[in-house]
Amino acid sequence: MSKTILSVDDSASIRQLVVFTLEKEGYVVMSAVDGRDALAKMKTKPVDMVITDLNMPNMDGIELIQALRKDQSFRFTPIVMLTTESAQNKKDAGRQAGATGWIVKPFKPEQLIAVVKRLLG
Amino acid sequence: MGHMDAQKDLYREEAYELLATLEGALLELEHAPEDLEIVGRVFRAMHTIKGSGAMFGFDDIAAFTHAIETVYDLIRSGELKVSADLISLTLASADQIKAMLDASQGMGEVSAARTDELSKAFAGYLSGAASEGDAAAAIEGLKTCCDQEDRQPLTTYRIRFCPHKDLFVNGTNPIPLIGELRDLGESTVVCHMRGLPDLHELDPESCYTSWEIILTTTRGINTIRDVFIFVEDASDISIEAVDVMAETEPDPSYKKVGEILVDRGAISEEELKAALCAQKRIGEVLLEKGVVDKAEVASALAEQEQVRNMRKKRAAAEETSSIRVPAAKLDSLVNLVGELVTVQARLTEFAARRSDADLTGIAEEVERLSAELRDISMGIRMLPIGTTFSKFKRLVRDLSAELGKDINFTMEGEDTELDKTVIDKLSDPLVHLIRNSIDHGIERPEVRAASGKTPMGTIELSAAHSGAHVLIRIKDDGAGLDADAIRAKAVEKGIITPDASLSDKEVRELIFAPGFSTATNVTSVSGRGVGMDVVKSSIDSLGGSVELASEKGVGTTITLKLPLTLAIIDGLLVNIAAESFVIPLGAVVECVELSEDARRHAHGRHLIKVRDEIVPYIPLREVFGIADGTPPIEQVVITELGEARVGFVVDKVIGQHQTVIKSMGHMLKNIDNVSGATILGDGSVALILDVYKLMQQSERMEGAGQM
Repeated sequence: MSKTILSVDDSASIRQLVVFTLEKEGYVVMSAVDGRDALAKMKTKPVDMVITDLNMPNMDGIELIQALRKDQSFRFTPIVMLTTESAQNKKDAGRQAGATGWIVKPFKPEQLIAVVKRLLG
Repeated sequence: MGHMDAQKDLYREEAYELLATLEGALLELEHAPEDLEIVGRVFRAMHTIKGSGAMFGFDDIAAFTHAIETVYDLIRSGELKVSADLISLTLASADQIKAMLDASQGMGEVSAARTDELSKAFAGYLSGAASEGDAAAAIEGLKTCCDQEDRQPLTTYRIRFCPHKDLFVNGTNPIPLIGELRDLGESTVVCHMRGLPDLHELDPESCYTSWEIILTTTRGINTIRDVFIFVEDASDISIEAVDVMAETEPDPSYKKVGEILVDRGAISEEELKAALCAQKRIGEVLLEKGVVDKAEVASALAEQEQVRNMRKKRAAAEETSSIRVPAAKLDSLVNLVGELVTVQARLTEFAARRSDADLTGIAEEVERLSAELRDISMGIRMLPIGTTFSKFKRLVRDLSAELGKDINFTMEGEDTELDKTVIDKLSDPLVHLIRNSIDHGIERPEVRAASGKTPMGTIELSAAHSGAHVLIRIKDDGAGLDADAIRAKAVEKGIITPDASLSDKEVRELIFAPGFSTATNVTSVSGRGVGMDVVKSSIDSLGGSVELASEKGVGTTITLKLPLTLAIIDGLLVNIAAESFVIPLGAVVECVELSEDARRHAHGRHLIKVRDEIVPYIPLREVFGIADGTPPIEQVVITELGEARVGFVVDKVIGQHQTVIKSMGHMLKNIDNVSGATILGDGSVALILDVYKLMQQSERMEGAGQM
């Protein structure tokens, strides 16, 4: 069965890029506009992986990761954060919160696919 | 490309929306300069404009937005204060971004000076901490990061991957990582489980295993490191190169003692083997002593094995470098193989008559070997067509410059292999066809622009395999063939009568007629009397065919269909009375029966219904004037050439036959429905039918009959 990935980003263009790229690779991709939306969606349908932006209104990426790691059903779900800041501090904060990996924006579709394959198999 | 355009549109749409949000937020901020929530909104808008901008190719916007984003980040963290000045500056920048977006879809222009001025103003707010160089560097980084091909000579690495116990906490699964390494090259993976505790102590959420991977790859160490990038902090990783192929150091180890003793005649090979078997392996000795565990030995053995294999491969590769052989030697090899195949056919036939099991066994063995020998010696004569293709680049470049045309020439399938003889004879026709495309096909840039095409024309040359044939295609996006002009010309030249009724396809075929040239002004390039008829006849002489497809104003595609080889083919052996014939198997679709009943049914017309399709047939008995004795049930061999299907009526279908083609000699060169002859197992001669010519011949006869 194909795996389900949730793309969380407040930018429609990034969401579309993620959805388009990963659907072409045969994944099922859902999307959410911010952390709060993501949590709500994940309650209704289990996902195998989350790709989230960090800067978002309502609930940002770091908060989302923290919330997911606290949830028994998502403790081991791979989470990839999209970050513009290649600066170490933001990345560290994400890792601290429990992110599995990261992609630095701007990225190319191939980079996204490589990271998803690396974490999902 | 269309997808990227759609993405760009989406980005623009989103950016316009974000700019509107931004404006609103800035105006609010003017009244509440301390409100960090509003600052956050401004920051996020800039952040998205920049981040997505760089991804969808709006590098200028990304670079410009970087400093602004940084300023608002500093305000967010309290290091900078909002001022009225900053707000007006940001508003001005928003207008500038809007102008950049407009310009990207061809509306208005962006003042570079203004961009510069605004960037400088923002840079002034940054106390040297983050400089504007960053964004440029980041964008530059994107451009290069994927293009870097981390390649190097084949190297074997020993990779140790020892995850910490808490590896799983962040959702990491180590298995895909190992899978990714395996994809990089040839690998052996050994899993160490010595850290595994007793069951009652085992925590299922901890990782106790570690791995050793022996990987031989052309990728560099950075590619390997990159695989572990997410787990560097949660594991111990060591990567060592243990064997590099590029080093050509001579093997420093000399023979082992046992080997030397055998060489000197002190002991025999058998004695050495017996002694070695009695001896314990070093791994076993160490295992017994408890110095190492099984997995450790297994991984060391794996490393040894893999490096050995790689060295062997390298040695083999060095030995099998190519040698030059005169083409004449290859020709005589193929001739000899041809003779051998003929003799083999005799042997097979003889064995069949003798019904001697031993002899049949030998005959079958010889048949197998000679078929293999045939394939290999044919293979030796095969050359990639790219050698011929490459010289066309220069031809296109020079000619297009001379004629003032702008042409993009692309080639595909250069590694398609063809018999050397075919390649040699193919060069001139191809030159002619490409010249035609440049001269008559592609229009001048201004003409192209006027008809809404790109000023630059395209000519594609491609080669591909298709069964026992190779298809070579010359495709241009030029003016296409003008059926009316061709018709007018043909009438003028007296090739057709003014009232001849021809389909467009037939009209286009006229350019293959001898002495035809449509160019109104004869250039130095083509139209010198050497026409398409020459191309057609030289392709025909190779046993190939030429197909033409063209649409006025859109372009022309010419497809050459050539046989893979000229020397030996697979044929279908058939009989008519006592005569044998060979039909090239590549053209054969199926065989069906033709009963007297069916013949009567067609009322004297040569038509047969095969699977609800009416197929015309040619009675070979009549074509070759073989006296009567027609059997009650004849066989029809249905062949296919291009779109046309034609059946050939014969008495009996014998079966598949390896056919060594012998030319008919000068005396018989004008017989054109036979392409050659072959010698059968019993020493008799069978003619090889030229299916294409037979088809044309019967079409002509039919036409004549109707008039």
